[in-house]
Amino acid sequence: MSKVRVLVGTHKGAFILESDGKRDKWNVSGPHFAGWEIYHMKGSPVDPDRIYASQTSGWFGQILQSSTDGGKTWFQPGVPNGEAAMPVFPNKAPNRFVYDTSAESGKPLTTHQWYDGTQRPWEFKRVWHIEPSLTDAKTVYAGVEDAAVFRSTDGGESWQELSALRGHGTGPKWQPGAGGMCLHTIILDPTNSDRIYIAISAAGAFRTDDGGKTWKPINKGLESQYIPDPDAEIGHCVHHIASHPSRPNTLFMQKHWHVMRSDNAGDQWTKVSGNLPTDFGFVIDVHAHEPETIYVVPIKSDSLHFPIDGALQVWRSRTGGNEWEALTKGLPQKDCYVNVLRDAMAVDRLDDCGIYFGTTGGQVYCSPDGGDSWKAIVHDLPSVLSVEVQTLQ
Amino acid sequence: MTGDPVRRVRVVLPYHLRNLARVGSEIEVEIGGPVTVRTVVDAIEARYPMLLGTIRDHDTKKRRPFLRFFACEEDLSHESIDAALPDAVAEGKEPLLIVGAIAGG
Repeated sequence: MSKVRVLVGTHKGAFILESDGKRDKWNVSGPHFAGWEIYHMKGSPVDPDRIYASQTSGWFGQILQSSTDGGKTWFQPGVPNGEAAMPVFPNKAPNRFVYDTSAESGKPLTTHQWYDGTQRPWEFKRVWHIEPSLTDAKTVYAGVEDAAVFRSTDGGESWQELSALRGHGTGPKWQPGAGGMCLHTIILDPTNSDRIYIAISAAGAFRTDDGGKTWKPINKGLESQYIPDPDAEIGHCVHHIASHPSRPNTLFMQKHWHVMRSDNAGDQWTKVSGNLPTDFGFVIDVHAHEPETIYVVPIKSDSLHFPIDGALQVWRSRTGGNEWEALTKGLPQKDCYVNVLRDAMAVDRLDDCGIYFGTTGGQVYCSPDGGDSWKAIVHDLPSVLSVEVQTLQ
Repeated sequence: MTGDPVRRVRVVLPYHLRNLARVGSEIEVEIGGPVTVRTVVDAIEARYPMLLGTIRDHDTKKRRPFLRFFACEEDLSHESIDAALPDAVAEGKEPLLIVGAIAGG
């Protein structure tokens, strides 16, 4: 029988929630890496027991963890556990993310815009998002702050920047969003291994069609009133992008404000906020079996990062946007002032598609019926940063 | 001809780094030359490579800003990393304390 494994990153550790296909009774393990911020965990589609985790701390920096047994045990790739019998001097490290400044990369950029409009040098802070390859368990991508994308082909033991993203010329116009200048979305096209989409807050979305050698901004149709030129090529605060594997040219975006869709791989975007009560939010995701069914969690505003009137609602569109319905059954409808962060929604691939999201109040909700009804798997975790789901046989 | 004596230097790590290294609160590292912050951290990283990058930057070797070095009731964080540590540390009588800065309670 199928089962699901939910990978939850929180401000104070990682948790793994497991259930059979009924998704009624759950086993909770954790905290793993107690006390550390776990920005994201994701398993390899090729080898689901191989999981990568981004473990970070303002004090101690970045750690990259991996598991090859579904999260039971963890290790830093390429690093022996425990004290080395003899001193070792490795020439690589799984937490070493070095921006490419080599001459071969063309014209490496050295600064980006800071909050006050001045230029600042790029400085690595943390890994926000991990995206394992669709075809090779040891190849994995990392989206980092300050915004860049890195790739490892040795299971996370070492990382190399795909530096053409920063090298194409608009970097000095990129600026940090409230959470920092993070590259938070990486989508690998399942039909074209050379095509990758990424998104940065606050620069916008970009696409490569040649495996990362060149990138182009894909922000036409976006409008943002918080930048000097609202329809500029660069500067949009994209919060998250989702895509259904069967339609890799169709993208759904939750921008700072506005829910958008593109049907031509990001070349043009159209607003599909429709009847949403507010189109500010962070998460967006697509039903596993219905590529026109999408989900968002409307948040009151960018000044008030909580649901309208204290009522936590997921909104679903079965028409790819514009026409939305509120999903409230099982969700708190009063006195609820949590947020749902950008990487904290996911779907499983069971026949009755399950939808999951985590809140800054520490709840992880599951809907085993496509959003019709909800139940909290856990109520009291630390603030949730990310949620991913694995569907296992 | 003999080289510098090998010193056994005691180091107290902060809680999260102890867990990463899977050690108790205090470790000992062997230093064959001058006992400085640089040589002590070199020895820590060589013995506990899972701590690479957590105390200082991989490449610049600059101390992470929220970590401090204390010993013998003195703050050594802003001393040269090549300055000799106090004799009591070099002789193993006192530990070098690597401490997470208190920020936010």
